[in-house]
Amino acid sequence: MAVATADVEPASVGPAPVMVRRPAFWKRAWGATWPKLLAIAIVVGVWQICVWLKLRPEFVVPSPFTVFDAMLHDWHQLLDASMVTLKRGALGFLVAMLIGGTVGIAVARVKVLRAAIGSMITGLQTMPSVAWVPLAIILFHQGQGVIMFVVVLGAAPSIANGIIDGIDHVPPILLRAGRVLGARGFASLRLVVIPAALPSVVSGLKQGWAFAWRSLMAAELISLIPGHVGIGQLLSSSGEQLDFVGVFEAMITIFIIGVIVDAAFFGTADRAIRRRYGLIDASGS
Amino acid sequence: MNLRSDESARLASGSIPPIDPEAKARPVVSIADATKVFGAGSQQVVALEGVTLDVERGDFVCLLGASGCGKSTLLNLIAGLDKPTTGRVDVRAERTGLMFQEAALFPWLTVRGNVEIALKLAGVPRTERRSRAAELLELVHLGDFAKRRPHELSGGMRQRVALARALAQDADVLLMDEPFGALDAMTRDRLHDELEALWTSTGKTIIFVTHNVREAVRLGDCVVLLASRPGRVAAVYDVTIPRPRRIDSAEVATLAAKITDQLREEGSRGRRDR
Repeated sequence: MAVATADVEPASVGPAPVMVRRPAFWKRAWGATWPKLLAIAIVVGVWQICVWLKLRPEFVVPSPFTVFDAMLHDWHQLLDASMVTLKRGALGFLVAMLIGGTVGIAVARVKVLRAAIGSMITGLQTMPSVAWVPLAIILFHQGQGVIMFVVVLGAAPSIANGIIDGIDHVPPILLRAGRVLGARGFASLRLVVIPAALPSVVSGLKQGWAFAWRSLMAAELISLIPGHVGIGQLLSSSGEQLDFVGVFEAMITIFIIGVIVDAAFFGTADRAIRRRYGLIDASGS
Repeated sequence: MNLRSDESARLASGSIPPIDPEAKARPVVSIADATKVFGAGSQQVVALEGVTLDVERGDFVCLLGASGCGKSTLLNLIAGLDKPTTGRVDVRAERTGLMFQEAALFPWLTVRGNVEIALKLAGVPRTERRSRAAELLELVHLGDFAKRRPHELSGGMRQRVALARALAQDADVLLMDEPFGALDAMTRDRLHDELEALWTSTGKTIIFVTHNVREAVRLGDCVVLLASRPGRVAAVYDVTIPRPRRIDSAEVATLAAKITDQLREEGSRGRRDR
């Protein structure tokens, strides 16, 4: 649905430019929500039809309503497991931000480092996170260390790449304008380079989170920590116990968390920055 | 001497700040036999050859020439962004401001923020920045647009912000590199009027690069015609047409026609040389 939300190109001469107001909040919210609700309804519908057609016995693929019922019943357990997982994810992501950020700035600014490890960062990014798990287990046995290691290695390359890409693509004219105004060295980095690179940095963080979340699931599925049951471990144990409803419950929870964190956190930040920088078109998707 | 603190007074009264008599006698920019060569060996390009030029304090000088005549190179030398290969470039000013063809505003800052960052880098204390930025935006007729972002403005308005930002540097010498080259004719005419008024009231030295002959005659006290390949001074015209001028006036047209003829001659001479 194309809604004219933002700024019309004002006339070059003459009266003040006319700004088209963005529609009211509820209108925008509904405009963004109904297609998603429809999509969910279609998926649930197809799922229910498959159950009715008995492609698989009902105890293997339960009806969506059985699963939703179970989720309502088990919400406490699901929430606890989600919190355990989210805590790990957040901590790992923070560490990945620190490491990825430092490495990114260093590689972008130091020629030798770029020549040495610049292309390897992209290589690391393409490495499937599960491939790190055996090494992590050798290094850290069982426990938080394994999960942390895998999450950081999953997310840091994307974050570093976002920063490198952002710094590389700062428009030269802005650097020149900064220099003319007297911004040199650190002032130039702080006042010109970093703000100019911000949209790309946020995209890197967004992608980094997606990688972190996948890596986290891979690590939790394989590495068990007694007493600290994350949502991935819940999934893994449900599978082992042939608790098919439990498998669906855990998978839906994982999906919901992924969507919520991405949309509420990174998506919002990304859009806000792009709107501010004038990088999205007037229809302001 | 603190030039900064009396800037607002100077903007209001139009007086030129006190300068010691000796400095006043000397040109604010003097270029002596400056040559600039880029590259080496067979790749070598002579951008400027033996350019000698003096600009007096408070002058409005237009550098006129076809593309590739080294106008921008000359401006970079004066701005101190580059050094001459041989010869001397002396600028007797604390600061030079530079404006480009593109506004080059920072998209993450508001209009006001773009002016304030220039004030910040010029060392203006935080408490004064807000009011100084407001004054400068009033000066370029953008007082109501302080909270807008660059992408919400038209091309002409963006150039006005760039002008306000250049003025915020409180430079004695303002260098302008085809600043209105990308604007439509109507907007450009308006900005010519505004720039002329601003120059009259602030007494700044302006060095204005253009390839538009009428624009040069419309604005300058003096038009320096540059020849191409290698860039050198071909002729200097004093423009005595009284101000305020109009770009479509007969006097401007007559002088512009004369300069255009000379420019053509330089062009054909250049071809014969090659």
